[in-house]
Amino acid sequence: MDSAPLPRPGAASPAPFGRRLCDVASNRDSGGYRVVSLIDREGPEPEPGQFYMLAAAAGWGADDGRAFLPRAISVAETRADAAGGGIRLDFLLDAVGPGTGRLCDIEAGEGVWITGPLGNSFASPREVEPEAAGAVLVGGGVGVAPLALLRKRFSERGVPHRVLLGYRDRAHTGGLDLFCGSSGALCPEVKLSTEDGHAGFQGRVTDLLLPILAGDDASLGVVYTCGPPAMLEAVRALCAEHGVACELALESTMACGFGACFGCAVPKPGGGFLRLCVDGPVLRGGQVEEVSHAYA
Amino acid sequence: MPELCGIDLATAVINASGTYDAIAARQTFGDALLDDFPFAAFVSKTITPEPRAGNAPRRIWETPAGMLNSIGLPNKGLDGFLAEDLPRLAELPVPLIVSIMATTREDFARCARRVAARREVAAIELNISCPNVHSGLIVGENPSETEALMDALRPLTEKPLIVKLTPNTADPASVAAGAERGGADAVSLINTLKGTAVDPATGGPALGNGYGGLSGPAVRPVALEQVRSVRARVDLPIIGMGGISSGADAAEFIALGAAVVAVGTESFRDPRAGSRVATELESSLLSERSSEPALDLD
Repeated sequence: MDSAPLPRPGAASPAPFGRRLCDVASNRDSGGYRVVSLIDREGPEPEPGQFYMLAAAAGWGADDGRAFLPRAISVAETRADAAGGGIRLDFLLDAVGPGTGRLCDIEAGEGVWITGPLGNSFASPREVEPEAAGAVLVGGGVGVAPLALLRKRFSERGVPHRVLLGYRDRAHTGGLDLFCGSSGALCPEVKLSTEDGHAGFQGRVTDLLLPILAGDDASLGVVYTCGPPAMLEAVRALCAEHGVACELALESTMACGFGACFGCAVPKPGGGFLRLCVDGPVLRGGQVEEVSHAYA
Repeated sequence: MPELCGIDLATAVINASGTYDAIAARQTFGDALLDDFPFAAFVSKTITPEPRAGNAPRRIWETPAGMLNSIGLPNKGLDGFLAEDLPRLAELPVPLIVSIMATTREDFARCARRVAARREVAAIELNISCPNVHSGLIVGENPSETEALMDALRPLTEKPLIVKLTPNTADPASVAAGAERGGADAVSLINTLKGTAVDPATGGPALGNGYGGLSGPAVRPVALEQVRSVRARVDLPIIGMGGISSGADAAEFIALGAAVVAVGTESFRDPRAGSRVATELESSLLSERSSEPALDLD
């Protein structure tokens, strides 16, 4: 059964009702991914982990009748838009199909329909675990997006944190610039792993996480993770094994993003399903039995 | 003002069952949902006698100008719905239509009786795209099964009974005729068309359940033809639906004899699609009227 959604720690005011048209401010390369910036003049500021449903105003459906549905995309960065009086929303995009493909090609000045911010958000370490001293953020691939906003929020609020980012190879290091300071250098709390070893530690991001979980580290509190299903499952299992609380931002195919379609079902331990759009996208480790490609 | 089985409606646009969870939408959008509710009546998700968890993922798959779904009617069951959801749905500013489904006439009767007894409920929609476990027949594929179900339910309530027809049968108009003989007050059509897809990543079925139902603009011509053929056969009011995403689409259904239209999949793309379709429909009907030659000159 669909349980009552978790309370949203720190969640802002509700999303404006309906979709609204936003201007594309820019679309830039980010290590093989794209960062598309939209100007939102109506919505509240999103919390880390929240997402929007996005659809290009023009050319949506141009690829043999697809894309048809809007795409659920986590927000990676947000800041006040001095010129327009709204907020700028940055989305990290990887062109994997007709929807993300069209969004990756979008040009400044075009329009994008958005609905949101939607879903819940990451909780603070103390909200997850009263004794938690800090946070470890573990991201991979395009899933680093919500962790970029979370890292920024933790920095602003003085929450001790470390960031572990895993990438496959040189061609897939998108979004790394979202973790750079104003000088352009990678923030000092960020550690990299790459499977081809071209940067950072050669191996998987879980290889960086394991010694932290296994060690007696006072800054360890709560693990926050987002990335491909296999990585999420590895992080979830490691945290469960070491008794460390974790929050996972999951992905699922969604038609609507606001609880209408019941399409984004995630199996609950013990039976039944959650609706990822309204019960998530951020779930506690114990809310998921096993992260699977079937819904992620 | 549009009217359906004696229920006054502010516009001719309602929602298709199973495509809008007003409780979740209110949680997401706040009370702005109530201030600007997109439909002239609200049709609930289908309620079954016992709770259902729904189908295993993956549940949805995008297709050209549409989507497949195999949601599997997740719901709290009759008791849970009446206790928890109905009071919250009654806060909506529009009449409430409750969709029910069961696999025996006895269970259907139990659901209909208990739902009809609630004053919050204006009408009941019967989802008959399901088997009768005693006969093994899909009720909505069979005119005599449909008529027999109506014979069992009609004496139980004075409230309007709307039969939701399935398009997955050779002759929906004859099923509509069976519903009419059994005393239905209206028919709604179409439900989704059976369909499937293969996931190119695995070579296997894209949906966890193996197949699903197709909706969206891709099905609109099929829906229009079914509305036309049902209109030709029965006198009941028709709630027309299937791929409506604009007022112009809705006007096609009205032109073929639908009294009211329903918006379904388009609400996924645009949570306020119902309001937009209603506004567009009104202006298209107005411009049609104004372009008619004025005959009564005296």
